[in-house]
Amino acid sequence: MINVDIKKDTFWDRNKKSGGYLFRKKATEVTVSICRFILLFGLCFLILQPVLNKISVSFMTEEDLFDPIVISIPVHFTSANYTLAAEIMNYKQGFLNSLVISLTTSLVQIAMCTLVGYGFARFKFPLKKLWFAFVMLVIVIPPQVISNSLFLSFRFFDILGIVKLLNHGEALNLRGSIIPYYLMCFGCMGLKDGLYIYMIRQFFRNIPVDMEEAAYVDGCGMFRTFVTIMLPEAKPIITSCFLFSFVWQWTDGFYSRMFLGTTTLVSTSISRIVDSLGAYMQRILGVTVTISQAYSNCILSTGTLMVVGPVLILYLFAQRQFVESISSSGIKM
Amino acid sequence: MEKKKKHKLVGLEKRKAIAGYWFIAPFIIGFLVFMIRPFFQSLYMSFTNVELGAGKFEMVWSGLENYYFSFRKDPDYVQLLTTELLRMVLYSFAIIVFSFFVSLILNQKFHGRALVRAVFFLPVILSSGVMLGLESNNQLVASLQQTVEEATVGINVTDGLKTILTTAGVGTRAFEWVFEVIDNIYDVALASGIQIIIFLSGLQTIPRSMYEAADIEGCTAWESLWKVTFPMISSLFLVNWVYTVVDFCMRSDNEVIDKIQKIMIEQQNYGAASAMTWIYFLIVIAFVGVTSLAISKGVYYGD
Repeated sequence: MINVDIKKDTFWDRNKKSGGYLFRKKATEVTVSICRFILLFGLCFLILQPVLNKISVSFMTEEDLFDPIVISIPVHFTSANYTLAAEIMNYKQGFLNSLVISLTTSLVQIAMCTLVGYGFARFKFPLKKLWFAFVMLVIVIPPQVISNSLFLSFRFFDILGIVKLLNHGEALNLRGSIIPYYLMCFGCMGLKDGLYIYMIRQFFRNIPVDMEEAAYVDGCGMFRTFVTIMLPEAKPIITSCFLFSFVWQWTDGFYSRMFLGTTTLVSTSISRIVDSLGAYMQRILGVTVTISQAYSNCILSTGTLMVVGPVLILYLFAQRQFVESISSSGIKM
Repeated sequence: MEKKKKHKLVGLEKRKAIAGYWFIAPFIIGFLVFMIRPFFQSLYMSFTNVELGAGKFEMVWSGLENYYFSFRKDPDYVQLLTTELLRMVLYSFAIIVFSFFVSLILNQKFHGRALVRAVFFLPVILSSGVMLGLESNNQLVASLQQTVEEATVGINVTDGLKTILTTAGVGTRAFEWVFEVIDNIYDVALASGIQIIIFLSGLQTIPRSMYEAADIEGCTAWESLWKVTFPMISSLFLVNWVYTVVDFCMRSDNEVIDKIQKIMIEQQNYGAASAMTWIYFLIVIAFVGVTSLAISKGVYYGD
């Protein structure tokens, strides 16, 4: 029982010894963390609230929407909104189309962007600076600037007059078909491709050159070196660029409306859902009905959830890849 | 003569140069076909009347008529343009400031940091593309917001502050802008996901020893924020500024773009649509150029 005498200094004793410094320090720390918590909680709530709100609304019946007592938890729990929204949006078809198109275009885009990014990162060639300036230009120029011209040139598609010769003097109408968009993806001109090239180049620049040089010395060709040695190294950035590309393609409205107008996609059908709801009701009931603002918004919320759902799940699982790709690429100007 | 010889590539260098061109060939082809050609065609189109025929289209030179049309005849283009540009300046500035301070907070050590970071990045995924336009249209959410606002009128701190500041009569216009941003903080938060991460990655590259040195020299935290942190990540301000402004132009709730698409697809007036796009584009590019030049003057590049 010797230890009893040697009492450990309490916080206040130590505080006295330090002349009040310890307490002040502790107090500031606690206040700062409380303020930080409140601020961050508020901001996070701000961002998440619409999603949570939509989830609660999507399970409500029309009655609940007008019930002033019901705020977030529905009284008459229903999943009918989901069935209706799926029917109106032609969800199954749209989902499949969107999945296939997003997957294939992102694959093409990222494959091409990886090639180009590697080329910019590792090779010295004349006019390299100029070409890279053009990449920056692609990032900066909004696609809207060239959209009207692209629109027309795909409407009347022709390569040096060859098509006209074969097709009795008429140019090919590629509007509404997927081909032009794939062509653009092959040319690294798809959705935000400049950005991917930039990110991939940054990543490759940070990998040491030793392994490549060893491969060259051993007689490995340029392309083979790229495929067998550099590609495995660049897996993280390629996966994250692929994820970005997939997600942005999934929700994209501009390119989809421009080039894929006739294909049912989740992103294009969600932007028309309110109008389609009216048409659907009219078809079912046979008479023109006015749908209440609240109900059409409820269906809109449900549809939005259904479009965003798959992407949200993807984000939950691959959150690291999304966030860290940007920080790891070391963006600088 | 000698200089030229030096620059001539030989052996492995030459082979590498050729390989380099092979690697970037897809970009070159795509750029020439899908960027340069439409770019100049659309510029040319803005000076012409585009007439659609069966299986072909013709462009008839009409000089500056389309530009005259967009500025003088079209009822709401000029008005849309000015409001949209003002909004762009205001919001880009707000987004930069907001994301800078949020990234400062997120750079501190606390529990659940990864979660908060994930939440802040969420809008990059969720509010991209068409989703953004839907968000602002959703009247159900808007009406809910209104009820909350009406219920809290008078007891609201910002409202009280607003009344005091606006009745003070000094710089009313500036306050109005600030309040507009604060009222729409949700939009600002949604648009700053990527910027926050970029700032955060920059903050993490600043060596700790610099802060320690500053601390020993007697710098307060506030001083070291402006004397150490700010210069060290100033180059990222430039990146973020350009990204924000450009991103703002491509948002789907941009009214000028909406207007242009309406003219193009519904009225089939390709000439006027091109002219309007070019006016908008030139103003934005000029704005980006001038501001980033100004920012780059102040950027500190370390060594």
